Amino acid sequence: MDLKPETFARIEEVITHYPTKRSAVLPLLHLIQEDAGYISDSAMEWVAQKLELQPINVYEVVTFYPMFRRKPIGRRHIKVCRTLSCALMGGYRTCEEFKKEFNTGLNQISPDGEVTIEFVECLASCGTAPVVMVDDVLHEKVDCAKAREIAAQIKRKAEGQKG
Amino acid sequence: MPAPEQRRIIFKHIDEPGYTPDIDCYVRNGGYEVLKKSVQRKPEEIVDEVKKSGLRGRGGAGFPCGVKWSLLDRKSGKPIYLVVNADESEPGTFKDRYIIHQDPHQLIEGIMITCFANNVKQAYIYIRGEFPEGARILERAIAEARARNFAGPNILGTGYSCEIYVHRGAGAYICGEETGLIESLEGKRPYPRIKPPYFPAVLGLYMCPTIVNNVETLCHVKYIADVGGQAFSQIGTPNNTGTRIFCVSGHVKRPGYYEFETGKITLGQLLNEVCGGPLPGRKFKAVIPGGSSAKVLKFGERFKGKRKAGAEMVDYDWALEDVPMDFDSLAMIGSMGGSGGVIVMDDSVNMVDALANINAFYAHESCGQCTPCREGSLWMKKISNRMVHGDARTEDGALLKSVADQIAGRTICAFGEACSWPTQSFIQKFGDEFKAYPDAKKQPKRDGTLELV
Repeated sequence: MDLKPETFARIEEVITHYPTKRSAVLPLLHLIQEDAGYISDSAMEWVAQKLELQPINVYEVVTFYPMFRRKPIGRRHIKVCRTLSCALMGGYRTCEEFKKEFNTGLNQISPDGEVTIEFVECLASCGTAPVVMVDDVLHEKVDCAKAREIAAQIKRKAEGQKG
Repeated sequence: MPAPEQRRIIFKHIDEPGYTPDIDCYVRNGGYEVLKKSVQRKPEEIVDEVKKSGLRGRGGAGFPCGVKWSLLDRKSGKPIYLVVNADESEPGTFKDRYIIHQDPHQLIEGIMITCFANNVKQAYIYIRGEFPEGARILERAIAEARARNFAGPNILGTGYSCEIYVHRGAGAYICGEETGLIESLEGKRPYPRIKPPYFPAVLGLYMCPTIVNNVETLCHVKYIADVGGQAFSQIGTPNNTGTRIFCVSGHVKRPGYYEFETGKITLGQLLNEVCGGPLPGRKFKAVIPGGSSAKVLKFGERFKGKRKAGAEMVDYDWALEDVPMDFDSLAMIGSMGGSGGVIVMDDSVNMVDALANINAFYAHESCGQCTPCREGSLWMKKISNRMVHGDARTEDGALLKSVADQIAGRTICAFGEACSWPTQSFIQKFGDEFKAYPDAKKQPKRDGTLELV
């Protein structure tokens, strides 16, 4: 497994939190995904071995939970909330605006490699709908204008990194 | 009658300028004094205070917290676990988010008091995967509390030790169901367990006795340990004690979170006064009072019957606006207080579109373990989605209802009810709109109508 040394250290530490190793499946998958960007087949086998499980026990977890992904995504992950409270305040429009800004569809890497847009279920911030998460950061009351601002910020940052 | 003043107990410091989530700020504001006091008492005394308080769980079911604790199998010789349900995933609910992000030590103190009272040596906070920042804040808060001896080994020199770890979910709604949550914490798919025999109080985490409590509930425990069960039971109304945090979203002028004594505010006061009423030029049409699985209520409905007031039975005749926002009153009118998530829809909404949105949620979140739910939720989504995006037929409402009627009561967990109640109630209350939908679709949409699915 090709992970940062601190990821390995955190993996060793988190296993000690539980009386059974199997409980560490989700924490390990989170740590690997944060480091490597996604969970490869070999990562699943590595986790299984590490926790003394069969690979199927890891595979069934990865395939169940929506947040785990088996393929790389764009550099930034945009999650737009789809559920009722956000939809009532224009969540579908917000999602369309992001798709247009990055010239891409849902769940794919945009042509510039910059983003993957996902339309997710409730993010538990319904009072400030519509809400969007960009990586770990929550953005509130994201109407179309604010979506364009966020998109512009992401693009500026991408330009800065290239130059 | 004007709305009462908010009574902020749990949200006392939320949005307070200068209030920060670190331990210094918490201690400056009197934090951990209740824990210090509590560890000098007998654990049973604290359990008794919680029983006396009448506190009902704030996660959704409203089950009495003291009763839940007293069901624990204390004789098994196995360790007892506390699992904090911070999965906050019921659509329309967003109260725990603010406790976790802005006042995490209030939760940690509530956890430690609960652990001490129930002889728990290990607690886990199961936090939804979509709160990465919240997880980091909680981990920092636990480390701070440990450094000051409020958690960890030999707490405050008492010889009592207890650890807390944060465990992140990964985007599955079903993990909010307590036995699904336990399976998830064990590293598996979160398939809910069947009760009996798998009551968490007896056969919970690692088949050991386990308490699963919601974040807000544990904050109330801290307050009860401070003021006493008797004093707490005087807040709110009988059988609906304490305060309740309402999370209002959707079509009101001032959505947000509001904490009131339970049962002291009516739905009309909450929506019209506190939340500023409908958006300009609109009228309220429907409200879901306790998270998206609660049955929908229709403005213009009246509710009549007899209810208990103290020892007597009295008649009531309520417009929807008159209904007190407590567990019992909302149950009496056929819905529920649930998690406190109030979703408001105005006359710009077509109820078929709204139901299609909800059905898409439940189809996505069904764990797939029980056939009626896995298949039923999917077909309800497919039918309502076809109504919106394909051909709608006048008989589709009846078809939807026939699917929903075959799910509830036939599944391992309450998700079966959660996914069928919206369909059943939407069709019961707004059946005409479903029948008229094929024609309504042909009409030009009015301005401001939003796509909902």
